[in-house]
Amino acid sequence: MDPAVNKQAQAVVLLLFGGAILKASWTDLYLRYVKEGLRPFLLLTGAFLVVTSLMTLWYEYRPASPPQDAPDDGRGDGDSDGHGHGDGHGHGHEPRVGWLLLLPVVGLLLVAPPALGAFTADQSGSLPAAAESDYGPLPEGDPVPVGLLDYASRSIYDDGRSLTGRRLELTGFVATGPDGAPMLARIVVSCCAADGRPIKVGLTGGPALDVPSGTWLRVTGRHSPQRTKDPVNQADIAYLEVEQWQPITPPKQQYE
Amino acid sequence: MAETQTLDRRGIGSVEALAAALILLVIFRGPLSGLVTGPRLQAWTTVFVSVLVQAVPFLVFGVLLSAIIAVFVPSSFWARALPKHPALAVPAASLAGVVLPGCECGSVPIAGSLIRRGVTPAAALAFLLASPAINPIVLTATAVAFPGNPEMVVARALASLAVAVVMGWLWLRLGRADWIRLPHQPDIAGKGRAFWSACRHDMIHAGGYLVVGAAAAATISVLVPEAWLQTLASNPVLSILALAVLAVLLSICSEADAFVAASLSQFSLTSRLVFLVVGPMVDLKLIAMQTGVFGRRFASRFAPATFALAVLAGSLTGWILL
Repeated sequence: MDPAVNKQAQAVVLLLFGGAILKASWTDLYLRYVKEGLRPFLLLTGAFLVVTSLMTLWYEYRPASPPQDAPDDGRGDGDSDGHGHGDGHGHGHEPRVGWLLLLPVVGLLLVAPPALGAFTADQSGSLPAAAESDYGPLPEGDPVPVGLLDYASRSIYDDGRSLTGRRLELTGFVATGPDGAPMLARIVVSCCAADGRPIKVGLTGGPALDVPSGTWLRVTGRHSPQRTKDPVNQADIAYLEVEQWQPITPPKQQYE
Repeated sequence: MAETQTLDRRGIGSVEALAAALILLVIFRGPLSGLVTGPRLQAWTTVFVSVLVQAVPFLVFGVLLSAIIAVFVPSSFWARALPKHPALAVPAASLAGVVLPGCECGSVPIAGSLIRRGVTPAAALAFLLASPAINPIVLTATAVAFPGNPEMVVARALASLAVAVVMGWLWLRLGRADWIRLPHQPDIAGKGRAFWSACRHDMIHAGGYLVVGAAAAATISVLVPEAWLQTLASNPVLSILALAVLAVLLSICSEADAFVAASLSQFSLTSRLVFLVVGPMVDLKLIAMQTGVFGRRFASRFAPATFALAVLAGSLTGWILL
């Protein structure tokens, strides 16, 4: 039997997979899954997969070169199974498992799932705010934009000292708080979405929030000393005294 | 032999089947993306895709390096580079892992390629375990994730190195060569042809198993409620076992696991160290990939032994150092 059929199909699978990676990293799609810093590596990876596929096809459609063309210096041993097809086990399984690479292709090109959001925020406990030794003053601006994680750690570990007297602007999506009240949340990702954990900030006062969970908001307000515990993991949750809020389109980089 | 070939024919076989599947996918594109609507299913798909997207550059790096080893590095090089005595080659190979950045997905094909090039399996396996756990990137990430506990970095490096070396020595004493069944790679004339053939083969093979592992990890991360972990954290022994099992199930890349460990702040430092030692050595996607590259008989023995040893080494190191 001619194994060529097999290799051609593998080449097509690799081409699709590489193409999907290239498309995701060329557009902003990859930002839903990984950090921005991975982009150059993703582009290289996609290109390598496409080249591998093309080289496979190239060698498939070119007649095999006679062995004497290549000096065979380092390949004497280790190829004891060279021409025998004794290893039927591994060989027989290779093709079937290769099909699975079509799943991420479908995932990236057809489904393109959204960034993690309200479901993850409701299911997991809020990230414990990181204690820093030194909290410098906030940058200029009125209101001044602050990240949720920064806000929570300044509020909890610095008793809000660097926050008092300032008008603050927080951006996040609506999640459900412990008492059913809406909270502002954002997913914090250190490597890829698989390690994404929510950071939650409670909202108090201000106009009533009547938007569905998952809506992105820009909230302005002032620091509030109010605290609560996340029922999932007993992490401290800081609060913001809301002055006003407005729905916004989700930002390009949804993770913090 | 005849059986294998019919299997091939029925397997990924023909381009025609692939084309048909793709045409169906394009036709049913609307209903298909409509299927993924529930928030749980959506979160599953996001985590599944993100594990893959994150791991693929590292896998490609490993595949490239292993193809270079397989095609361009003569086996006489390894005979010169590693100590003659296998018992000494094991720690040498483990230390070689320190300088090679990469995550666990990449080290599986590299180890397979090393064995194929005549490196003693014990040394290649020690490299397989050490390289993802103690390379500079991972140790830096650990230092960043635990700013208040620099001893965590030392503990992680020492415990992981110990597991790698001891597993290598254990393999020398107890391991049997016929447990390892490397997938058949035909002898190919021409370096270019051999190189690209190795790239294609390893990518399809290890990549397929990576998909299995990513799916398993996504399922666990969406299904296990975090509240369960809370009840376990209070008991010192249970918390170690819980985080060891969680490390296996979550299958997070070794570059990211320190940040996850840091966020599990209700658990003791020792149990989080165990999480960091077990994770890069045994997890669902690694077991799937090792099954693919080395065979089922190997993976079913190697993974449980490594798990037990990693839990032991992590707990001991934590008890002494933390």
